[in-house]
Amino acid sequence: MLARLDLSEEEIGLYTAQLAKILEYAAVLNQPDTSEVPPTAHVLPLQNVFREDLVGEHLAPEDVLANAPEKEEGYFKVPRVF
Amino acid sequence: MEGGGFKPVRFYDLTAHRLRELLLRREISAVELCRSVLNRIDEVEGRVKAYITLDREGALRQAAAVDRQLQNGRELPPLAGIPFAIKDNMCLRGLPATCSSRILRNWVPPYDATVVEKLKDQQAVILGKTNLDEFAMGSSTEHSAFFTTRNPWDPKRVPGGSSGGSAAAVAAGTAVCALGSDTGGSIRQPASFCGVVGMKPTYGLVSRYGLVAFASSLDQVGPLTRDVTDCALVLNAICGHDHRDSTSVPKEVPDFTSFLVDDVKGMRIGLPREYFPPGLDDGVRRVVMEAVSVLETLGAHVEETSLPHTGYALPVYYLIAPAEASSNLARYDGVRYGYRAPGSEDVLEMFRASRSRGFGAEVKRRIMLGTYALSAGYYDAYYLKALKVRTLIRRDFDEAFEKFDALLSPTAPETAFAIGAKTEDPIRMYLSDIFTLAANLAGLPGVSVPAGLVAGLPIGVQFIGKPFAEGTLLRMGFAFEQSTGHHRHRPPDTPGGDGS
Amino acid sequence: MNKYEAVIGLEVHVELDTDAKIFCPSSTVFGARHNAQVCPVCLGLPGTLPVLNRKVVEYGIRVALALDCSLARFSKFDRKNYFYPDLPKNYQISQFDLPLAYEGRLDYETDDGARHRCGVVRVHMEEDAGKLIHRAGAANAPPYSLVDYNRTGVPLLEIVSAPDIRSAEEARAYLNELKTVIQYTGVSDCKMEEGSLRCDANVSVRPRGEEILGTKAEIKNLNSFRAVQRALEYEIDRQIGRLEAGQRIVQETRSWDEEKAVTVSMRSKEEAHDYRYFPEPDLVPLVISPSWVEDVRRALPELPQTKRERYLKEFRLPPHDIRVLTASPGLARYFEEGVRLFPEPKAVANWVLGDLSRLLNAAQVKIEDCRVRPADLCDLLRLIGDGTVSGKIAKAVLEEMFTSGKEARTVIAEKGLVQITDAGALKEVVDEVIAGHPDTVQDYRNGKTRALGFLVGQVMKSTGGRANPSLVNDLLKERLG
Ligand SMILES: [Zn+2]
Repeated sequence: MLARLDLSEEEIGLYTAQLAKILEYAAVLNQPDTSEVPPTAHVLPLQNVFREDLVGEHLAPEDVLANAPEKEEGYFKVPRVF
Repeated sequence: MEGGGFKPVRFYDLTAHRLRELLLRREISAVELCRSVLNRIDEVEGRVKAYITLDREGALRQAAAVDRQLQNGRELPPLAGIPFAIKDNMCLRGLPATCSSRILRNWVPPYDATVVEKLKDQQAVILGKTNLDEFAMGSSTEHSAFFTTRNPWDPKRVPGGSSGGSAAAVAAGTAVCALGSDTGGSIRQPASFCGVVGMKPTYGLVSRYGLVAFASSLDQVGPLTRDVTDCALVLNAICGHDHRDSTSVPKEVPDFTSFLVDDVKGMRIGLPREYFPPGLDDGVRRVVMEAVSVLETLGAHVEETSLPHTGYALPVYYLIAPAEASSNLARYDGVRYGYRAPGSEDVLEMFRASRSRGFGAEVKRRIMLGTYALSAGYYDAYYLKALKVRTLIRRDFDEAFEKFDALLSPTAPETAFAIGAKTEDPIRMYLSDIFTLAANLAGLPGVSVPAGLVAGLPIGVQFIGKPFAEGTLLRMGFAFEQSTGHHRHRPPDTPGGDGS
Repeated sequence: MNKYEAVIGLEVHVELDTDAKIFCPSSTVFGARHNAQVCPVCLGLPGTLPVLNRKVVEYGIRVALALDCSLARFSKFDRKNYFYPDLPKNYQISQFDLPLAYEGRLDYETDDGARHRCGVVRVHMEEDAGKLIHRAGAANAPPYSLVDYNRTGVPLLEIVSAPDIRSAEEARAYLNELKTVIQYTGVSDCKMEEGSLRCDANVSVRPRGEEILGTKAEIKNLNSFRAVQRALEYEIDRQIGRLEAGQRIVQETRSWDEEKAVTVSMRSKEEAHDYRYFPEPDLVPLVISPSWVEDVRRALPELPQTKRERYLKEFRLPPHDIRVLTASPGLARYFEEGVRLFPEPKAVANWVLGDLSRLLNAAQVKIEDCRVRPADLCDLLRLIGDGTVSGKIAKAVLEEMFTSGKEARTVIAEKGLVQITDAGALKEVVDEVIAGHPDTVQDYRNGKTRALGFLVGQVMKSTGGRANPSLVNDLLKERLG
């Protein structure tokens, strides 16, 4: 499951039906001819926005881990990785 | 009505520009103003439920600082001392930013959003963080993981969404101004439902740094205020280039208050016929047509026009926004911050458990839809196709703006609906944004201005403009409100009571 | 073996040596305390946004030009979506369909002197992930992992070769030449042991003469040049073995186990990720103008192959010397500076490749940090030339210079190592040696000319090696008649 969600049987049933309905609705997009139309990923005419290679402030160590659900010795702690 | 009569002045109910005059003339102190709003919160918040987090002490401290400056005769920025509410998907250092989600319930950002930084530079008094649909996905605040905000005009109805908390606070007098965010109508639709002014600026005018992303190519922060003048003041404060946001436009911004002239003579306004479908609510149609005659009386040329690809905006939106959201919300995995489900044996199980329990139903629905639209084999048919049709929608607007200075439409297809009326059917809920989301897809500015009441509930009209033509929209909105006075309607004094 | 041929392509990741990370202002310095070099952006905090470091693009263009690639006029970033705890956003900002550069090539040589050419399919920019440390739990507790995000957002270039490589040895040689070229461009130190150069290999085998590619395996966890070669040798044998046995090859990802010297299956194609790439909406497109490319091209240093050809023409050095001298830009720079100050290329090359390299290796010092600068070495060479010290003493002088950082003259003066070239001063020692070895003297007089060598040696020994050997030779002959 790519989205990393666990769903109950009930949720799966509900979502499947709803998604099917939404996707069915989305089928109208096949009506307009888009063979010559470029996609719009950005609405802005911007390009080449850069920052310079300068080092700035780091987060204070207490701020880095302040919200960590679990930590150890300055690291974020997680259950076994596979 | 502002001030007058025998009643004591309800400072919490005044506009920011009026309050500034009172502050400068020392007729009220910033602390008095802040207390007035906090008292109003004590009075009605239990019923309105606009706020997730209140910071009374911080607000009073900031108000006191403004008073010291006033006493020292310092010149103050235009929004100094004005009580603000911030939608709870923007970061304010040291206060939780929950996005109305269980998964971020305890997250306290260690940094300020650029818009928050700018309000702090203004010495605005930030009261707290307001309720929204979880991660801004919704049109009613019913998808908040914590509670549903009530419409100050009728507590059985929704305030709209997703910036429902901010709109309700401004309408209820529990904030003078507020910030919202708008991905498909999330500022304008609640503004319409709550009878306030709400503007979504041109994509790129206001920095998104520190706004928790829903759909990055559509999100934009904007003001919710009591009139168009306040809207211009808040927009002045929050707009401008930010080097921390690559999509922020490096452009000189005008003083938006300079557009507040009561004159729309000769301006050309288009009425896109697709925004007036046969089934449109009669009350809504009547209010918009009244607005048309007001503008014509003021000397504007109003003419029907067409945006032929309007019908595709909803499906395009509901492919692009969830696709971006599915990726933006991947970071909530229980590792670095936010909710972690206990008891998982390995990290994959922990990811799944934390996300499944941490996200609400609507968020999960959109993550699944977005994941699907981007997955191998469906990308071209759904996501890429949506990006192409998005181009057609933009072109419609480009063509229309060759003839018109702005387009006028209803903001929403109806007035505030009853709580629970649409939660069962996602598509019905999605239709609530039918008139607003095309502006996000095309990156255009839109403003909703109060246009009257239908059966005792407020309704707004929407002006949509060319990129960076916020000034034009403010000018039209200003002329409209000056001649109608619709913005002076206030909700019945006691929410749940019988009205004024 | 001859019945089959291997088809190999390498995916190389190079960490770029910028000061700040690719999308935020955090430092990239290696070796800081864990989680100390992070900011809201690289920690993936909600609400943060990336802004591209200009230098990363410039470095990318440099490498692309060094590999003869075409540069994209229009390029963009995409999100590669997958969940892993070392990836703060659970997507990596990378480049998918419009990479920075494409269609280049790299010429390289194997140890047998054979020349090869390998195509470069693409070069793209992306962000690095953090690091995981795996821990066994205490007594009854389950195992767990710790995450350090310092490396998150360090800029990477991914360089994808064409499947033009035909053996494990070629793979190692290609990688070695790629490392040299990149080091020359100055964008990375390319240290495999520190992870600033990483390599994955795609390998398949097919009957020789066959056009169609066999099923490939992707080999990961190749942490050294040796590992690349050994893993590929193993994997090629394994695949041939399966084909010979009539088994089919499974498309899969395999990991090299250095200790057991085998590759083991990690996941099959069926379990492969669907990365759901889509254009990164938080970044704007990149348009690379020809003038930008030209600016970078003009500033590009001489590349290894050009340098080798020049050394051969200008200095007439043996090919082996040239290969070693040009293997790293630091060594080549040192050598060239030496030749500029002391225009005898062969002598400079001998000292650089001989004694100096030996000292550097023994002390694990990089040429850039060597206390004996080219000018110091050339002073010493001059002192040999004018007879102040013998070549043999000079070796000791160099060693002292290397450890103390003193100049040649100072070492020679302090240790009294000046060569004795004054016949008067040596006569006494010569007489002592003759007196002390009557038998040898007799042998010499009886015609055993080799005995003279022994006597010279004795004089050298008594003078601590400082006597000028040919002068001693003359003096002895004179005395012994
Ligand atoms: Zn950083």
